[in-house]
Amino acid sequence: MNAAERGMSLGLRALNRVAGLELLDRIGMRNRAEALLYSATKNGFRAAEGAGRTFNGPGPKLSAPARQARGERAAAFDLSPTDEQQMMREAIGDFAQAKLRPAALAANDACAAPIELLRQANELGVAMLGVPGELDGAFEERSAVTSVLVAEQLARGDMSLALAILAPAAVGTAIGLWGDADQQSTYLAPFAGDDPPAAALAMIEPRPLFDPLELETKATASGDGYVLSGAKSLVPRAADSELFVVAAELDGRGPALFIVEAEEKGIVFEAEPAMGLRAAGTGRLQFDGVKLGPGALLADAEPAAYRECVRLARLGWCALAVGTSQAALDYLIPYVNERIAFGEPISNRQAVAFDVANVAIELEGMRLATYRAASRADQGLDYSREVALARRLATTKAMQIGSDAVQLLGGHGYITEHPVERWYRDLRAAGLMEGALLV
Amino acid sequence: MINLEIPKKFKTLVGQANQVATEILRPNSRKYDRAEHTYPKELDMLAALIDGMNAGSDLGGAGASGVRRSSNGDTGNRNGSNMSTVLSVIEMCWGDVGLTLSMPRQGLGNSAIASVADDSQLERYAGKWAAMAITEPEAGSDSAAIRTTAELDGDSYVLNGEKIYVTAGERADLVVVWATLDRSQGRAAIKSFVVERSNPGLILDRLEHKLGIRASDTAAFRLENCRVPKQDLLGSPEIDTKKSFAGAMQTFDNTRPLVAGMAVGLARACLERTQDLLGGAGVDVDYDRPLHSQSAVAAELIELESDWEAAHLLTLQAAWMADNSKPNSLQASYAKAKAGRSCVDIALRCVALCGTVGYGEDELLEKWSRDAKILDIFEGTQQIQLLIIARQLLGKTSAELK
Repeated sequence: MNAAERGMSLGLRALNRVAGLELLDRIGMRNRAEALLYSATKNGFRAAEGAGRTFNGPGPKLSAPARQARGERAAAFDLSPTDEQQMMREAIGDFAQAKLRPAALAANDACAAPIELLRQANELGVAMLGVPGELDGAFEERSAVTSVLVAEQLARGDMSLALAILAPAAVGTAIGLWGDADQQSTYLAPFAGDDPPAAALAMIEPRPLFDPLELETKATASGDGYVLSGAKSLVPRAADSELFVVAAELDGRGPALFIVEAEEKGIVFEAEPAMGLRAAGTGRLQFDGVKLGPGALLADAEPAAYRECVRLARLGWCALAVGTSQAALDYLIPYVNERIAFGEPISNRQAVAFDVANVAIELEGMRLATYRAASRADQGLDYSREVALARRLATTKAMQIGSDAVQLLGGHGYITEHPVERWYRDLRAAGLMEGALLV
Repeated sequence: MINLEIPKKFKTLVGQANQVATEILRPNSRKYDRAEHTYPKELDMLAALIDGMNAGSDLGGAGASGVRRSSNGDTGNRNGSNMSTVLSVIEMCWGDVGLTLSMPRQGLGNSAIASVADDSQLERYAGKWAAMAITEPEAGSDSAAIRTTAELDGDSYVLNGEKIYVTAGERADLVVVWATLDRSQGRAAIKSFVVERSNPGLILDRLEHKLGIRASDTAAFRLENCRVPKQDLLGSPEIDTKKSFAGAMQTFDNTRPLVAGMAVGLARACLERTQDLLGGAGVDVDYDRPLHSQSAVAAELIELESDWEAAHLLTLQAAWMADNSKPNSLQASYAKAKAGRSCVDIALRCVALCGTVGYGEDELLEKWSRDAKILDIFEGTQQIQLLIIARQLLGKTSAELK
């Protein structure tokens, strides 16, 4: 099967799944991650015992690292996604509206994503977005644009559930992009399987003025391996992740990425609930002299690879900001049209209507800036500037959209009966988070 | 396939327009800012050059008439004349907005003609420079309230009224005048008429003195029993309460992206010059570093550039939609609103970042700041764009959302 056919079958699987969805699953059972997180909250730091998976293959033997094909330079300006992307977008969009949105409030309260939901998202092929074809990935071509479209749709359902769903894909994409043949054989195949591992990309650290190019988490060469020490903040699905990619400063060689299995000794975590992103089960990871093998280092600490990781992560957050801002606009329009004050809909007033118009303008600008950066990444063009600009828009405009959404609903915006208070909290994350996602 | 880069086939065109802006517009910027109402004769040669660029190109051209919509039955992705026109306007206005507005045969009236004229009219007005006369002393944004009347008398219409803010009104060959056939029938009765500038009933009252775009003449006219042949009415002479005004307004869907492009070009000029001046002062922008790890000035530059990026892409989107026959009224207003306000904000803050160097006449930054403001006003003010957008998004009539 070629990429298009595989994508097609995946998409059809997704559509079939969505068509068969029952309306709302009651969340009856807490999954293991929640249980871990809850006990962690009670007990403070505890050993992260992972979820028990051992990554010792047997993956397919590779003589050279497998890579997804790079896209070609496009000649024409075009805002139409490919058929495959459009299908993916629709399937994921339907899933997000039918499943994520209704589950969002309870997941927020539980600080965890329902495990059934994560399983269903995996069936849509989300975890394998960055897995090359040789390792059973579905997408022959590397496409940040596809990942952006997927992230946007998921976040239109709910941002923190989107983060929970996409966290493992970040690790799969990292190993797909920068892993060597051994690393890929060991770790990558499961991401394309039926039961992809929970995993997370841990970059940001718990301090003000964090700069991903100046890390305090350190890796020092020791024997033929490395020793890792430091702390990582707001790691999604910290409690149930089986595998991490961790950013650390390597002995004066600059920041680099390391593959770290959750079962290694010396990793402790505690729940780190925050203002938003709660359904992603965010936690703080601490590495106390964790011993890593020689095969832990990704991309041989190549500075360009690390910078690419920083950029693609930021782009992921931009995509989430776009999706959640769209959710806010979609919610605002009927609300202001139906809400009556002084004898007519409040949307008959310019003060209200102009705010809605501004939400739409800034959202569209932010979306196009995000698409442009992703498309440049796919075409092998420099995209650092475009990512910085998209991120700047996501930082200010998305936050403003979250604030305006609450404001326009007034008191209704402030209570959890309406989702806008949650979007207000989640949208604040988009401009400050680093890592955690990769598109 | 999603791609937001300048199309390969327009690279040459953009390069040519940029050269014209660099070699001809920029060197004359200050001269005609000071010599308001003086005809920039350098532009005659330039206009001929642009005619040549249009004629010699199968890409749809770069001029104001590039906004004409055509369908060739092709359902694939198109990068056509709306895109090429907006790209060339961006480059020209990077050079100078006032001089671009004074470019012979590139008036907004030409865009209006290109948008709505029938084939025989197109032929009749070919090669002519057309200005646009909508605003009146008592009717600005509220174009449905215009009072200039047109009365059918035999084979011609007789126009009476007053028009102000007619860009290139003194210099153009033709003036497209909006007038009502019947004031009691509201906006449906408003039609546009192509009036020869030499028509004795079209009387030039005065030229305005302005904050900026001084190279561009802004005329006020009286129409006194101005006789216009019947066949110079654009569009249908019928008063159709369902369609007529929408038809007239359709011009704006095509011209708003152009004005947004003007703002994008001017704002890029401000940003580039400011980056140069600040670079010389030791400011270093690193796009990979968080803003809080950089100087406040570098962070501000990135912020301004991000608004520019959004405005630029919204503008290209609106033009791309027009080329692909997608309804773009909403996106045209997104572009105009975002580009209009961003260019004013960017221009004024660039002046502040450069201090007295930015404020003084040795640099063009102060002039660009003055030029910028009109771009958030003409072709629909910021507030009008927000009204258009809000009405569309919220499904409101103009009676509901005033």
